[in-house]
Amino acid sequence: MANPSYVSLGQRLISALEAVLAVIVSSYPYRASAGLLRRAGVTGRTLVIAIPTIWLLLFFLVPFLIVLKISFAETRWLGSPPYTPLFEWVEGQYLQIKLSFGNYLFLLRDSLYVQAFLSSLKVAFISTIFCLLIGYPMAYAIARASPSWRNTLLMLVILPFWTSFLLRVYAWIGLLSNQGVINQVLMSLGITREPIVMLQTDFAMYVGIVYSYLPFMILPLYANLEKHDPSLLEAAVDLGCRPFRAFLSITLPLSRPGIIAGSMLVFIPAVGEFVIPRLLGGTSSLMIGRVLWDEYFANRNWPVASAVAIALLLLLVVPIVIFQRMQARETFGAAR
Amino acid sequence: MSAHPDERDAPWLDPKAQPYVRIENVTKKFGEFVAVNDVSLNIYRGEIFCLLGGSGSGKTTLLRMLAGFEQPTSGRIFIDGVPMEGVPPYERPVNMMFQSYALFPHMTVEQNVAFGLKQEGLPRAEIEERVAEMLSIVKLNGLEKRKPHQLSGGQRQRVALARSLVKRPKLLLLDEPLGALDKKLREHTQFELVNIQERLGVTFIVVTHDQEEAMTLATRIGLMDQGRIVQVGTPYEIYEFPNSRFVAEFIGNVNMFEGRLVEDEPDHVTIDSHDLGGTLYVGHGVSAAPDALVWAAIRPEKMVLSREEPPGQHNKASGIITEIAYMGDISIYIVELDSGKRVRVTQPNTHRHADDRFSWDERVWVSWSDSAAVVVTE
Repeated sequence: MANPSYVSLGQRLISALEAVLAVIVSSYPYRASAGLLRRAGVTGRTLVIAIPTIWLLLFFLVPFLIVLKISFAETRWLGSPPYTPLFEWVEGQYLQIKLSFGNYLFLLRDSLYVQAFLSSLKVAFISTIFCLLIGYPMAYAIARASPSWRNTLLMLVILPFWTSFLLRVYAWIGLLSNQGVINQVLMSLGITREPIVMLQTDFAMYVGIVYSYLPFMILPLYANLEKHDPSLLEAAVDLGCRPFRAFLSITLPLSRPGIIAGSMLVFIPAVGEFVIPRLLGGTSSLMIGRVLWDEYFANRNWPVASAVAIALLLLLVVPIVIFQRMQARETFGAAR
Repeated sequence: MSAHPDERDAPWLDPKAQPYVRIENVTKKFGEFVAVNDVSLNIYRGEIFCLLGGSGSGKTTLLRMLAGFEQPTSGRIFIDGVPMEGVPPYERPVNMMFQSYALFPHMTVEQNVAFGLKQEGLPRAEIEERVAEMLSIVKLNGLEKRKPHQLSGGQRQRVALARSLVKRPKLLLLDEPLGALDKKLREHTQFELVNIQERLGVTFIVVTHDQEEAMTLATRIGLMDQGRIVQVGTPYEIYEFPNSRFVAEFIGNVNMFEGRLVEDEPDHVTIDSHDLGGTLYVGHGVSAAPDALVWAAIRPEKMVLSREEPPGQHNKASGIITEIAYMGDISIYIVELDSGKRVRVTQPNTHRHADDRFSWDERVWVSWSDSAAVVVTE
């Protein structure tokens, strides 16, 4: 409306597109193939769903099946690929399938894996809590800011994504190392004479993880909080509720979906995180992602590495699926 | 349409009565914009006071200042004699029913209604008892465990009402309480609201843009325009004795004749009106200079149509019927006078037979009595 030439340009583009579409639709190849598809029971809706389905099949399910297959193989120290085949033709007549559960048993027998997994869960859990504690007030402030400020503040949250993830982690090395910016400032101010050791500690690892994953907490929380009706809080206050209690009994429960979404977006990748612990964390930090990396590249033990990956996936996905089912039942069950 | 003022108590006429809510010269500015402009009002115990006005007239801002969500830029508000300056909303003896109802979506009907009582820290048994009592007053028994999204619009409205009344406030503020309901439900709920108000003895201040709603509910109406109160009065006074063209035109339909004062006596005036193409005789005095520009407001139902020329020399004009709307109980006629002015006349359909009814393009006389018109000077 404000710019008539722009509107007419858009309209011209649309009418041009419509003309092209009309030509395609009326052409013989289109009509013939559409007729065939319709007779085969394929509708427009199935075609639309087909694209993401094919994408997931090709790039998620197929690799998953390959990894699953390797996890049931045995290690072959010589030769390529470095594992035994699962299917073999015996004397050219039978198909022999050899499933080896040894890799999974090995994971249970060697306490390294269980410990690594537990400590990964611990690190991810603590990081998620910190992301929530820092991210919630930030998301709340952005949602309550005036509309003209909101976009600027959101931009500031998203801005770090425009720099490479690795670069940002290396920047933290520059900040936290013994000769780093923080220690130099502290020493020049005379607050400490010796540099404080921060790099290669759990502290540095948590700083890195919380820093990197914070936007994943803030964005879903903001999306939720921004939709809250401010008159709900006014109603609570009007009914004799002090503002902080009103926040606890109205805003907090209503933002639960945002808290859950943000926590999952932080927790799940944090469990498998391996770059940050390796670059910022100490040698003692035992993370399942790091174990997996070592198993694969250092030990060249593909079957065990695959078993670790599958176990990790199951241990993360199964509880999440159960949880989501419960959530769905709660929301939809209440509706009827 | 409205109850005659004599049928109800009229504490505003009693000089000894203490107002329950006193608004003194309250002004509210948002930046440069003056939302409420020097409003003073006294509202008495047990009243249903309607703040009526179009959008942007400042009625909601005034209500929010009473609730404590906004602070007056200047002026003072007293509730039950206590100045409300610096008193936060959660400490005011006031509850509000929100236009959107603002029901807590994650709580059941029961929990919504109990919310206010829980804040007071009452014992559980008492809370349960009072919630049940309130739910039966608003006829929501059996829906206690539902959540707001499982209720109809009318049910939600009643939950909101129950939630705001359960704390037994002395003063209830209602922001467009019936705005979201359909017409039939609205009429029904209007009467229910009045019943509940009388039963509980609460003072209501209702904000509405709907003049019909204000007429049915209110003991008194405060008509607002551009942040100011333009007239305060009972529905009867506002309808029959508007003090300005704005009031006359805002409430109901009116025919407005512009003219100059010719004769100005204490008991009557005559007005020479070019709109009418004749003179008006009005049976009440007017405080205006001779020859001043004035307006005579005449309600459509106070005009009479006839085929014969009525006797007398004032208060009549001839014209041609251009439009007729048959409404069942009444018919609305639009008559184009010889002066070119179009007037609206309503006539009750007292007879079932249509033989003697007026028809399109018929030449008729429009006339009215000496007491029909009200003269306004602004």
